[in-house]
Amino acid sequence: MNFKKQFNEGLLTKNPVTVQLLGMCSTLAITTSLFNGIGMGLAVTAILICSNILISALRNFIPSQIRIAAYITIIAGFVTVVDLLLKAFIPALSESLGVFIPLIVVNCIILGRAEGFASKNTVLASAVDGICQGIGYTIALVIMCVVRELLGSGTFGGGLLNNGEGIRIIPAQFPAMQMVMPVGGFLTLGFVIAGSQWLMKRLEMKNKKKEAAK
Amino acid sequence: MEAILGILISALLTQNFILVKFYGICPFMGVSKKIDTALGMGMAVTFVMALASAACYGINLALIALDLEYMQTVVFILAIASIVQVVEMFLKKSVPALYKALGVFLPLITTNCAVLGVVLVNVQQGYNFLLSTINGAAGGLGFTLAIVLFASIRERVNKTECPECFKGFPIALISAGLLALAFMGFSGLSIF
Repeated sequence: MNFKKQFNEGLLTKNPVTVQLLGMCSTLAITTSLFNGIGMGLAVTAILICSNILISALRNFIPSQIRIAAYITIIAGFVTVVDLLLKAFIPALSESLGVFIPLIVVNCIILGRAEGFASKNTVLASAVDGICQGIGYTIALVIMCVVRELLGSGTFGGGLLNNGEGIRIIPAQFPAMQMVMPVGGFLTLGFVIAGSQWLMKRLEMKNKKKEAAK
Repeated sequence: MEAILGILISALLTQNFILVKFYGICPFMGVSKKIDTALGMGMAVTFVMALASAACYGINLALIALDLEYMQTVVFILAIASIVQVVEMFLKKSVPALYKALGVFLPLITTNCAVLGVVLVNVQQGYNFLLSTINGAAGGLGFTLAIVLFASIRERVNKTECPECFKGFPIALISAGLLALAFMGFSGLSIF
C-alpha cells in the first residue's frame, strides 16, 4: 500500500471536507471555537478508524444486499461508545457539541469511507485510510474554527487556552458576531474550499512545468 | 395551540433546520441544482420526518420502559432506515405516481441528519406525541422552504460569471450564507 499517497489524498487532493464535500453539517455547525473543532475532529477520527477496521475485517461476511444497514449499525455502535465516553470524561465537550455527537452516525464521511474504501481493501490499509481521512477532516475543521473564532469573537484557542477563555487578539468591541453565527459558517467554508481549489490548481501547474522542463 | 404555533414558526423561520441549525446540509447542497428536484426532495423529507418523529416517540417510550436509553442512537437510526425502506415499498406498490416523483430521493433520506436530528431534538425537549409529529412535519417544511429558495438562487448563480477558483461549490456556499443572513432577520420574531 502506498502510505504517502493515502496521506496526501486525505490531507489535500481528496480531503473529505474541501474536495469530497462530505460531512458538512458538523463542519458548519460546531466550528465556532478551537476546542469544539479539535474535539469533533478527534471523535470522528476515532470512530472512522474503528469502523473502517471492523467493516474491512467483516467485508467478506456481510452480504452485499444488506451492507448499508450493517455498516450503519456498526457505525452507530461506535458512535454510542464515543458519546458515552465523552459524557463521562469530557462533559464540557459533550455539552458544547450537543446533538452533533449522535449525529456523527449520519456523517457521510464515515459511511462514505466504509462503502468507498473499507469494503474493498485490507484491514491495515483501511486503518491507515481512517487515520489519513480523519486527520484531513480535523485540519479542515481547525482552519474553519481559527478563522471563525478570530473574526467572530476576536480570540484564539477558545475553550482550550487561557482558562478556556482563549487569547484575545481583536479587542472585544470589534469582532463581527455574524461570523460565529450560521452565516459565517457558510461564508468561511466557501472561502476555504475556494482556497483549496486555488492551491491545488497551482500545484498542478507547478507539476506540469516540472514535467515540461524535464 | 400556542405551543403548536410556536413550533411551526420556529421550525420554519427563526430556527430553520438548514439555515440556522445546520441539519441536512448534504442534500441541501447536493440536490439543489433544479427547483423541481429540490421540491421533490423537500416533500420526501417532510413525509419521512413526520413519520419518523411519530414512530420514534413510541420507540423511545419502549426504550425508557426497558431501561435501554443509552441505545437511543442505534435504535433510532435503524428505525429511520426501516421506515424509509417501508415507505419506499409502500409507495412503489400503491402510489406509483408519487413513487416516481420521489423515488430517487428516498434512499438518500436515511443519511439525512435532519431526520435523526429532529428525532433526537424531540426526545431532548420532551415533546409529547402530537408535538413531536408536528415538529417533524414543520421541520420538514422548513427544509423544503430553504432548499427551494436556495435552488432558485442557484439556478441564476450558475449562469453568472465568477472567479475561477470559486466556481461550483464555493460560490453556492456563499449564496447560502447570504440566504442565512436573510433568515437571521427572522430571529427577533416571537409570538410569546
